Amino acid sequence: MKKLLLATALLALTGGVAAAQTVRLGTEGAYPPFNFIDDSGNVAGFERELGDELCKRAGLTCEWVTTDWDSIIPNLQSGNYDVIIAGMSITDERAQVVDFSMNYVPPAASAYAAGSADADITGGVVSAQVGTIQAAHVAESGATLLEFPTPDETVAAVRNGEAVAVFADKDYLVPYVNESNGALMFVGEDVPLGGGVGMAFRQSDDELRGKFDAAIQSMKDDGTLNPLIKKHFGPDAKVF
Amino acid sequence: MFSSCADPKSLEGFSWLICYLTSGKHIDFYWSFLTVLILLVVTAPTALAFGFGGAVAARSHFLPLRWFGKIYTAMVRGVPDIVFFLFFVIALDQGIEWMKHQIVCPDWTEPVRQGLEFRVCPQAKVPLGTSPQIWHQLYGFALAVFTFAIVFGAFAANVLYGAMNAVPRAQLETAESYGMSHGQVFRRILVPQMWTYALPGLSNLWMILIKATPLLFLLGVKDIVYWARELGSAKTQAYAYPHPDWRLWYFLFLLVAYLCMTRVSEIVLKKLAARLNHGQATAAGEAMRRAAQ
Amino acid sequence: MTCWETVQAYAFRSLGYGEKMLPRSDFDLCQQFTLIGSGLIWNVYFGVIALAFGFFLATALALAKASHSRWLRKPAEWFIFVFRGSPLFIQFFIAYSALVMLPRGGIDILGIHLNTSWMTSAWAGAAFVLFLNTSAYAAEIFYGALMSVPKGDLEAADAYGLSGWSRFRRIQWPTMLRLAWPAYTNEAIFLFHATTLVFFSGFPAFQQRGDALYYANYFADKTFNPFVPYPIVAFYFILLTFALIGLFGLVNKRLNRHLPSNTRSRIRLRPQLIR
Repeated sequence: MKKLLLATALLALTGGVAAAQTVRLGTEGAYPPFNFIDDSGNVAGFERELGDELCKRAGLTCEWVTTDWDSIIPNLQSGNYDVIIAGMSITDERAQVVDFSMNYVPPAASAYAAGSADADITGGVVSAQVGTIQAAHVAESGATLLEFPTPDETVAAVRNGEAVAVFADKDYLVPYVNESNGALMFVGEDVPLGGGVGMAFRQSDDELRGKFDAAIQSMKDDGTLNPLIKKHFGPDAKVF
Repeated sequence: MFSSCADPKSLEGFSWLICYLTSGKHIDFYWSFLTVLILLVVTAPTALAFGFGGAVAARSHFLPLRWFGKIYTAMVRGVPDIVFFLFFVIALDQGIEWMKHQIVCPDWTEPVRQGLEFRVCPQAKVPLGTSPQIWHQLYGFALAVFTFAIVFGAFAANVLYGAMNAVPRAQLETAESYGMSHGQVFRRILVPQMWTYALPGLSNLWMILIKATPLLFLLGVKDIVYWARELGSAKTQAYAYPHPDWRLWYFLFLLVAYLCMTRVSEIVLKKLAARLNHGQATAAGEAMRRAAQ
Repeated sequence: MTCWETVQAYAFRSLGYGEKMLPRSDFDLCQQFTLIGSGLIWNVYFGVIALAFGFFLATALALAKASHSRWLRKPAEWFIFVFRGSPLFIQFFIAYSALVMLPRGGIDILGIHLNTSWMTSAWAGAAFVLFLNTSAYAAEIFYGALMSVPKGDLEAADAYGLSGWSRFRRIQWPTMLRLAWPAYTNEAIFLFHATTLVFFSGFPAFQQRGDALYYANYFADKTFNPFVPYPIVAFYFILLTFALIGLFGLVNKRLNRHLPSNTRSRIRLRPQLIR
């Protein structure tokens, strides 16, 4: 028995050397254009391209894993994957339990998209995804919060009249508003929330975080990050 | 899949629909039906085995074992299965890794629990961090099967316990008078005879199991509900096949699929019941005897 | 905040009374117990509404299924088949997707204005689905019991000149209830368990008012620790189950009061017809 265990341990050790380190990237896969499942069933979007490039620069082999937004942090902590790269805004609340990399998308505005220009976003029913900073903001704003588990349902709620407006990352809402033929529009002021979007790591994983931080920095320095942002979020997106 | 589908945005009407329904994502959706069927096929015997163990434990003469059996069978009656699923899988996963950690890395000094983090040595991860994605998926699936089996095993234990008690005393006494030992009575008479009494309950349980499979997606397995939600939700131009919110249609499709599954099961189970009731000293067996005369 | 203040602030939070904001930091056990308990009000509400209305529909469906008329029997059989044959999870989802398609402004039928917007809220829509669902399950139980009413009882009723409604009300119905009650108790327990699905599939939580599982999920999300809130939900449901067994046991006693004690059907918790 002991021999067998030793053999597996050895195998694991040598395997680790030969195949470099495999890092598992956890994402939601339901938040276009940040991350989504494309029509051939693979993870795609801004973060897919970014993540693959970062892994290349850091010399890591990466694998993509999708999970529910609800359980994305507990699953990181129990080690089901090593990194969260899922359009997650950097907030103090989250920073208490995970460590963030430097942001790879600048602090961006959140916005209200509504079905009509006179929508009452301060007193009416506003939809948001459960467990997001936007949901917390709506709960405080005096509007009535209507929560859904996936981002796409929050937009659907405005279309079918359940909510007067949806409050989400502006980058996420822009394609929906543009393609709605006037059925959806932005109302009210944009609200700056969070400290940009970053990758999240277990607090004990400083080494891995360092590698990704260096890779992000190198992309910022050589000017490859900004075009990538523009490619996915449109020419008006905020860049570094 | 087809070469004509290379540029979906230029397609229209029927050819668009054909390409849409055969996109890689839809193929994954169709395969996920197999996932559900495999889960059913694997879970049912596992749960039955757990249930059998639970029922035997609940009948045991050894007090702690009897208590264990009784608590296990009472557990699922009190707690909604969804609550179980929400935390049991994480607990199970961590439990397995903790045990492996104890064996593989005995001289690991850092605490396993650091605040909220659960950290075992890299060699103790199940599956190893270096293993390919397919192992992670299989492991996740195995955890799901185990969780389902625990919950439904408790239901099955309820049914089997009742069935064991329902076997007529006279049959057991006859066996004893032939000089069979306790174990022999159990193996030769009680177990073969109990199935006819257990079948109505077990059939019902099978139906419940089918209807519980949508909860798979809570356990992180990409089942038919996951894909139906993913495929049905509104798609922007970022996707190859943009469309509005079609979730209702996908879920209606799932509804029909589930109704087919339960209907087929009903027919099969009815036939099985007829076989088991043949020649039994029960009302159903008597009815069959009369009908045959 | 002391625990008592927490209770005052959050005991009825699920109904919209008390503190508007949910706790955001410094989570303690007291908060979790209070809020999850507050959410339990919704579970009880859904269960009670569905059972209370479902009882009558189930009786009607059982009678329809036992009827000789095709026109009554077939629809009842289909209704029972559809609701018993498909997952509640998917029923919720379809119901919500269908309800939001109703015109927002309301419908005008024959000059009567029907307001439709309230139907998509969980308190109405989800309760309605649960009502239909439990009716189908209970109808199957009642139908089985109706078929097991002893032949002698019916012949005795004939001999007394009872027929139609009075035969049903005085002979068939009480016996049917007595025979069905143990299985019906189980159905009730599992219906209460099923109420936890409401905010998990389809129906959105309004102003952060949700059921026990909704708040447990909230805490699990905020504290990143699922091992405290979910067992609390489990604890509450065990209490609820005991209360139900006690309550249904009292009714069972009354239904069986005319029988000699050795032939009474006790609520045996080893059912043939569980959900």
